Amino acid sequence: MIRALMLLTLLLAAPLQAAIDLYQFDDNAQQDRFHRLTEELRCPKCQNQSIADSDAEIARDMRERVARMIREGRSNEEIVQFFVARYGDFVSYRPPVNERTAILWVGPVALLILGGLGILLLARRASRRVEEDDAE
Amino acid sequence: MSKKSTSLWVFVPLVGFVALAILLASGLGRNPEELPSALAGKPVPEFSKPSLLSGDTLTEERLHGQWQLLNVWGTWCPTCYVEHPYLLELAERGVPIVGMDYKDEDDKARDYLARYGNPFTEVIVDADGQLGLDLGVYGAPETFLINPRGEIVLRHVGEMNPRAWDEKFAPVLRQAGNPLGGPR
Repeated sequence: MIRALMLLTLLLAAPLQAAIDLYQFDDNAQQDRFHRLTEELRCPKCQNQSIADSDAEIARDMRERVARMIREGRSNEEIVQFFVARYGDFVSYRPPVNERTAILWVGPVALLILGGLGILLLARRASRRVEEDDAE
Repeated sequence: MSKKSTSLWVFVPLVGFVALAILLASGLGRNPEELPSALAGKPVPEFSKPSLLSGDTLTEERLHGQWQLLNVWGTWCPTCYVEHPYLLELAERGVPIVGMDYKDEDDKARDYLARYGNPFTEVIVDADGQLGLDLGVYGAPETFLINPRGEIVLRHVGEMNPRAWDEKFAPVLRQAGNPLGGPR
């Protein structure tokens, strides 16, 4: 009985799988690139979702274009560049390093170093005070 | 080290926190929908699309030769209904507006123009949204200002209204010496 139910569930799920896998590729490598690229590109309409996650019309168009460009043999870089040229750096979840995005890349590291130095200073001072107290 | 300097150090995290709070708060006031157009200053991409009005084939050449607006709309877009009367008003004042019927059905679009009036000098049909993609469009309405060389000068996302016109479009036209921008 349980087996029959499980089989039924699997059979019912089959069309769902088909609905997700709309894009045909020559090989698995292309398929992988498609998944990586659509995860890396951000949907301009429904912000904070990648075009892989989003159901928005524009995300669907962009996915289609990504699939087409992969089939045409364009490189990952070319495809990302294509979208950046149209939608700006915003569209990539991995923005390039330039003067406008520098704070994004350098900021956290700089804060970490500053904080670390601060703690180090405080710790030194505290230990020195303990030594002084001991000396008294 | 003296006790006094130690006590001043205590305020460093507070100052840091306030600075961070101000930085983040300034970001809150900005409209995240308002993306800078990556295409500003670039020519309108090449295209070859049918005209909704005549059925002829239109290319980017149609957007050369004079200052004009390119308005992206669709009958499926609620805000397009809202801005439509203002587009009619602009057209009345002599502003040439080329429409781009974005991801729409031709019959519906023709009905729409018949019912609400047609502010467009020409309507490009972009049924599959590929020209929209080339223009960096991600919704509707969007309005571009195109100069006589066929270059995108600015892009406005969302409803076209007197405020958008006065604050964004008119100053550019005035600067270019175009009478549509109003007196200098």
